[in-house]
Amino acid sequence: MAMTIHVDIVSADKPVMSGQATFVVAPTTMGEVGITPGHTQLLASLKPGEVRITDEQGKTSHYFVSGGVIEVQPLQITILADSALREEDAAAVELATEEARLKALETKGAIPASAEVDYFRLQNELIEGAERLRWIREIRGTRPHISQ
Amino acid sequence: MAGAKEIRTQIKSIQNTRKITKAMEMVAASKMRKAQENMEATRPYLDKIRGVIANLSNAHPEYRHPFMVERPVKRVGLILVTTDRGLCGGLNVNLFRQAINAMKGWADKNIEIDVCAVGTKGVAFVKRGALNPVAEITGLGDRPKFVKVQGAVRIMLDAYDAGNLDEIWVARNEFVNSMAQKPDIERILPLMPVDLTELQHRWDYLYEPESKDVLDLLLKRYVAASVHQATIENVACEMAARRIAMKNASDNAGDLIRSLKLKYNKARQAAITQEIAEIVSGAAAVG
Repeated sequence: MAMTIHVDIVSADKPVMSGQATFVVAPTTMGEVGITPGHTQLLASLKPGEVRITDEQGKTSHYFVSGGVIEVQPLQITILADSALREEDAAAVELATEEARLKALETKGAIPASAEVDYFRLQNELIEGAERLRWIREIRGTRPHISQ
Repeated sequence: MAGAKEIRTQIKSIQNTRKITKAMEMVAASKMRKAQENMEATRPYLDKIRGVIANLSNAHPEYRHPFMVERPVKRVGLILVTTDRGLCGGLNVNLFRQAINAMKGWADKNIEIDVCAVGTKGVAFVKRGALNPVAEITGLGDRPKFVKVQGAVRIMLDAYDAGNLDEIWVARNEFVNSMAQKPDIERILPLMPVDLTELQHRWDYLYEPESKDVLDLLLKRYVAASVHQATIENVACEMAARRIAMKNASDNAGDLIRSLKLKYNKARQAAITQEIAEIVSGAAAVG
């Protein structure tokens, strides 16, 4: 049997995923990292992007995280996401509302914000929204979703 | 003896009150269930982040984050998590009592206190007690949003970072079960001191990008998540306490109605007896 590592993904409002994996890819702010069992301890911040988890059967599942922290222990990975989406969530969200949300953010960004901090935050939200939309599109386009 | 009519109106009004308390009881019960589910859903995040921090304190970080360093206490921040509405028994009062005790302890040591009140009841308490309010959050609703809590927490964290606050405490209600809530006051910053035993295996994380940035991100998330969890738990406590309070109120109303009914029947019978006596004596006088 292949060596496995335990993976937990939790978002601020719910546990998203928990299980064994043979290989995990996560989007850290410094770039994507690939983690196999026995990895050295690592603590890294995440940027909006896709987490890919390959399980014992060699099946890969995809998750979207909007940022947060990843902690790696040799046999344990914990992904503390600010918010996270599963593949089946991607099927459930309305593309139109996502697009509208992004549009609203863009127009807000066009008006010069009074405080610098606000602008910074808006920019982050915009990046997150765009990444989220791109991810949802990708999941829907390339892989027929099982649920529904 | 009071007139039968007055008693009847009194019974009517108590019956109406009972209807309301009964309805509130049922609403609170269903809201409590939802709040409990919500509490269960958000708890794993806090548990995991706690686990990471526990690992972190076992490691030997090259960089000591200010959140993990104890310093002499001159000023503390207290985050007081209360409800927005009343009619929930002694929930808030018990918490205030606990908070006052803690504050007395600080005052004796000449420690100044900044208070951040969550919930209108807490805001009113701070005003009454002429305390030093730095922030307040009200109108969180039944599902407190993470972002809303974060704002107020940031004020406290910035003050802590700047060295204006040396400790941060949270006063909140702990949800033991649907019948019991426990007021509790707990220190969230600085984090529990690390006991450095020499024999421990020395290891440290790889940090990406920088240990400072990652720790900052992680610890700030941790504090915000703790406070968020406290507010969510408080909602569950509020609903549980209200359910009990309203159940007691309904029961009391029932008792009251029963004794008033007895009184009413007595008054009614007394009136009839009197009438008969009057008629009989009237007839006797005529005849």
